[in-house]
Amino acid sequence: MLKKLPALAVAALLATSLAACGGGAEETPATSQEPAAAGPTTVTMWTRAATQAQSERLVKAYNASHKNQVKMTVIPTDNYQPRIAAAAGAKQLPDIFASDVVFVPNYTSQGLFADISDRIAALPFKDSLAPSHMTLGTYEGRQYTLPHTLDLSVWFWNKDLYEKAGLDPEKGPASLKEFAEQATTVQEKLGADGKVHGTFFGGNCGGCYVFTFWPSVWAAGGEVMNADGTESAVGSSPMTDVFSIYRGLYENKVSGPTTKEEQGPTWTGFFPKGEIGVMPMPSTTLGSMPAEMKIGVAPIAGPDGGESTFVGGDSVGISSTSTNVDAAWEFLSWSVSDEAQVEVMAKNKDVLARVDLANNKYSAEDPRVVLINSLVGKGRTPYALKFGETFNDPQGPWLRLAREAVFGDVAKVAELNETINQSLTQ
Amino acid sequence: MTVEPTTAPRPARRRAPAGWAYAAPTALIVLVLFIAPLVLVVFMSLNKWPLLGAAKLNFPANYTKIPGDPLFLDSVLFTLKYTVIITILLSAVALGLALLVQDRRRGVGFFRAAFFLPGAVGFAAAGLVFYGMLNNDFGPFGFLGVNWIGSPNMALTSTIILVLWRFAGFNMLILLTGLQAIPVEVYEAARADGANRWQIFRRITLPLLRPTIALMLILSITGSLLAFDQFFIFTNGGPDNSTVSMVMVVYRNAFFRFDLGGAAALSMVLLVVLVALNAVQMRILRGATTK
Repeated sequence: MLKKLPALAVAALLATSLAACGGGAEETPATSQEPAAAGPTTVTMWTRAATQAQSERLVKAYNASHKNQVKMTVIPTDNYQPRIAAAAGAKQLPDIFASDVVFVPNYTSQGLFADISDRIAALPFKDSLAPSHMTLGTYEGRQYTLPHTLDLSVWFWNKDLYEKAGLDPEKGPASLKEFAEQATTVQEKLGADGKVHGTFFGGNCGGCYVFTFWPSVWAAGGEVMNADGTESAVGSSPMTDVFSIYRGLYENKVSGPTTKEEQGPTWTGFFPKGEIGVMPMPSTTLGSMPAEMKIGVAPIAGPDGGESTFVGGDSVGISSTSTNVDAAWEFLSWSVSDEAQVEVMAKNKDVLARVDLANNKYSAEDPRVVLINSLVGKGRTPYALKFGETFNDPQGPWLRLAREAVFGDVAKVAELNETINQSLTQ
Repeated sequence: MTVEPTTAPRPARRRAPAGWAYAAPTALIVLVLFIAPLVLVVFMSLNKWPLLGAAKLNFPANYTKIPGDPLFLDSVLFTLKYTVIITILLSAVALGLALLVQDRRRGVGFFRAAFFLPGAVGFAAAGLVFYGMLNNDFGPFGFLGVNWIGSPNMALTSTIILVLWRFAGFNMLILLTGLQAIPVEVYEAARADGANRWQIFRRITLPLLRPTIALMLILSITGSLLAFDQFFIFTNGGPDNSTVSMVMVVYRNAFFRFDLGGAAALSMVLLVVLVALNAVQMRILRGATTK
């Protein structure tokens, strides 16, 4: 056995070096395929699990109708940023990658996306592309991304539970205070057995707080940050008013007991089970709700009214290291075409990447979809270069602040706002 | 190691080239998989290292900012605390299990396998299994009403239960090899001299087991200082950053903040600490074997 070891080691080494060569060899033909005439090209694409359904539908429809093919890889949402970082460092980015729209400014500033300003300028509908996605994809006057999927935060209410609780099932909340009252009623009337709860939110999830709480601030005419994303305003009113309403809901046990521990992966899972009266939800989940469930949709409001939404979702761009730019653009430009937007996205009740197509033959069938589409123009997508590490990262300063404000020591909030400023400007 | 005495003594000059030839493949692997990345990390830690594009020398900025990172300083204290607790508990449980199954008797094979089996579960998978099991909404222990990961102390306790479950069997196996290397004659002699069970354990088993215990301690301490999976998957560093280990901070700096140079500098600090600790432990281990 001992005598065999060196031979084994050499074999292992050979195997690894061969594997390394194999990796290199795979890339070489890709470069030679750059001219579109050289036959069908396969472009690689990455997307995150949160918007997988939408991306998959687009890719499937594209592959069925085009010579070039897109090979998509879905990556767990929480791992997406690290995977992009690791791939970029190793120059192994796919040809196309989608990104949570809030991370786009950071990626463009790091040079991960290729400049596609001129190609976008040639699109006949360039002025109708979802405005907040386009703003975040612009860096130093150049454009790098197209809107890919739109995911808006809205309030869902369960009409059956409302009816059982003696509430008007057709009338959702018009202000955050009404939201709290209706949730409390559901809890008091139906919550005795511990199964049903008035409301729910992701209490240990920075991205969830941002997505579901901030629209209430905007609806009240407030701000969460300055326009450059360098100065935070979450330590003062109206953000603190919004916090205190949700704090009351948790203290009075209107929000489920696991609210405080919810890290994000399962926060949307309770509503479809019929266990929640009213809660903020991503609009993309509307198409996948149980068919027999009667769901009302209302825009997120401020404490005393108004309406707004967080225009989230994904933008998509071509990686700066891609050697298949033409083929990648063929897919990208097709994905925002009338055909793809209406026959793929609208057909499945998804929000469209173009405002000029908001009224189409499918959207008219469901007034809730019309409402969600109409919010695209009223909602916001916050801009900050350091968004992910400040607001999404579980070790970032925002989650700390939000948790103190909702579950802990409110007095610490003003001081913690400083740590957010530091994170935004470092 | 056991080969050495049996090989016939040869002249030194003939042995040298053959020795080099035998060592070369391993040396090459160490060079490619350890030395080269190490040199790269040292170099990275001296630079501002972007995801794409050219690096720019900025020494010593990556190092001087370490003391100003409260998350890292907290993580050092937390990781040390975790290492002390887990090492003590793991040693105690593993030793207990090893003593239980050391004698050959009916059914002992079943228990050995049962204790070792959790070690065959991937650590990340084990973290997810515990996350599900200890979830009060859908886990089987929800009826107990215990909030398993809700408070800093409970999160640490739950993680320790997870790590004990996952690693006690493996450490038991290490100790078992040590126990079985103790000659039966020594026990028989002790018994003939009228020693009781406790005396045998204190005066025979423990002293003769010292090298094995030292080995287990080195593995446990090194592994605990590099803890990542259990906290990353099971508690996600929460609640409120109370379970953030040092490697998690390195990971965060590299892959969430894209500060690759800063992460490399933290890794260097961690490496120096680990090398120093292992040097101390090796001395103790050597002392134990020569006694």
